[in-house]
Amino acid sequence: MSTVAVIDYGMGNLRSVAKALEHVADPGTTVEVTASPERILQADRVVFPGQGAARDCMAELTQRGLVDVVKEAVRSKPFLGICMGLQVLLESSEENGGTAGLGILPGSVRRFPDGMVDPRSGDALKIPHMGWNQVHQTKPHPLWQSIPQDSRFYFVHSYYVAPTESGQVAGITHYGTDFACAMARGNVFAVQFHPEKSAGAGLALLANFLGWDGCL
Amino acid sequence: MGLAKRIIPCLDVDAGRVVKGVRFVGIRDAGDPVEIAKRYDQQGADELVFLDITASSEERETMVHVVEQVAAQVFIPLTVGGGIRSINDIRRMLNAGADKVAMNTAAIHNPDLVKEAAERFGSQCIVVAIDAKQVSTGDEPPRWEVFTHGGRKRTGIDAVQWAKQMADAGAGEILLTSMDRDGTRDGFDLPLTRAVSDAVSVPVIASGGVGNLSHLADGVKQGKADAVLAASIFHFGEYTVEEAKRTMAAQGIEVRLDE
Repeated sequence: MSTVAVIDYGMGNLRSVAKALEHVADPGTTVEVTASPERILQADRVVFPGQGAARDCMAELTQRGLVDVVKEAVRSKPFLGICMGLQVLLESSEENGGTAGLGILPGSVRRFPDGMVDPRSGDALKIPHMGWNQVHQTKPHPLWQSIPQDSRFYFVHSYYVAPTESGQVAGITHYGTDFACAMARGNVFAVQFHPEKSAGAGLALLANFLGWDGCL
Repeated sequence: MGLAKRIIPCLDVDAGRVVKGVRFVGIRDAGDPVEIAKRYDQQGADELVFLDITASSEERETMVHVVEQVAAQVFIPLTVGGGIRSINDIRRMLNAGADKVAMNTAAIHNPDLVKEAAERFGSQCIVVAIDAKQVSTGDEPPRWEVFTHGGRKRTGIDAVQWAKQMADAGAGEILLTSMDRDGTRDGFDLPLTRAVSDAVSVPVIASGGVGNLSHLADGVKQGKADAVLAASIFHFGEYTVEEAKRTMAAQGIEVRLDE
C-alpha cells in the first residue's frame, strides 16, 4: 500500500490531478485530496498543484497552516509541484505587485513581457502562453523515463520561473524566450505544464512519479 | 518549434447526451459524451469544448455529471459553456473537472462577472464566447456586432471592442463564432477573426463555418487564430482530427502530432 496526498489549499483543478493520478496508479495506491497537515505528512508522496494568482495562493497556504507542511514534505518525500505548485517554490514572484514565495528553490517568477513576436510569422505572441508546447529535457531524470525528447505538454500560464541555479533546471520550453519548464532538486520535481492535461506524455510523467522513490 | 495551434472539436450536450448526431465507426451508442470524448482524444484533439444546450434548468445538474465522467477518463483540457451565470456555476463546473468555462450572455448582462471570476479562479479558466454578425453593408468598412439568442438578438455592442473589453476584464481566451457562417460550411469569417485576433493579446479560438480541412488552415494563417473549433466535419466521420492536423502541418502550421 502506498498513498499520494494531493494538497488541497483551495486553488485550482484538484479533481483533474487526482483523477489522472488514479488513472495511472496501481491498485495498491491510494490518492487522497487533502488539506490535513497530518494526512499530507503521513503520505508516501505529495503532489502540490495549483492555479490562480500567486498572492491568493500564498494567502491560502498560510491561512490553512500549510506553509511548514509543504516545507517538510519537500525535505522528506517524493514531491511533485505543478504550475503554481512550481512557482510558489521560488523566492519571489512579480505577480500582484510582488509576492514572496516559499523560497525552496532559488530564483524568481517573472511575467512574459508584452510585445513578444514570433520570429517566423511576425505575429504577436499571445499571453497567457496557452496550449501544447515542446519540453526539451536538459538532463536525465527518473520522471522523464520513457517520455520522448521534445514531447508536447499542455501549458497555461502568464508567468514563468527564472531560477538562479541552472543546475536545478530539468527541462526548458521556448515561447518568445527559453524558460525553465521543469525543475529538479533531490526528491523534488516541479513543472510549469499540466501533466494531468497532457494526454499520454502527461500520464507517463505521473506514472513515473508514482514509481519514484525520490532518489536520482 | 514552439507552441502548436490547437484543434478543438465541439460537442453540443442536451440532457446529458451529445446531440447533432456524432457518428463514429465502432461505437455502438454515439450519443455518449465519454465515448465521444475518448474517441476525439485518441484522434489527437488538443482540447474539447462541451456546450450545454439544455433548455430546462432541472437538467442543468446533468452537465455536472457529464463533466465529472469525462474528466475521469480523458486527460486533455475541457471547456464547458452554456448556462454559466454565476460564480457558483463556475465553481461547480471547475470542481467537476472542467478546466475552463465559457460565458456568453452572462458576460453581456453582467460584465463584472468576468472580472470577478478571473480574480477568483484565474484568467486561465475564463473564456468569453462571442457570437458576432456583420452589420456593415456595401462599401462601409467592415463592422460586426455581438448577438445573443443564437444570433437573433442584436445587442448594439461592437464585437471587436467587446473582445478587447473582455480581455481587459480578465478573460484568458476569446471563443469567437461568426453567426453569418455558423452552419454554412463556407469557412470562417476570416476578416472578423483577424480583426479580433489583432485587437486582443489573449488567444482567440475561431468558430463557425468549417466545411473542409483547408478552412481550418485558413483560420490560422489568414484569420490569425490561435485555435480552431469545429463540430460537424468531425462528428460525421468526414475527417478525423488527425487528418486535420496533417493537412495543417502540410501547410507549415505547427500542430501536435504523434510521430
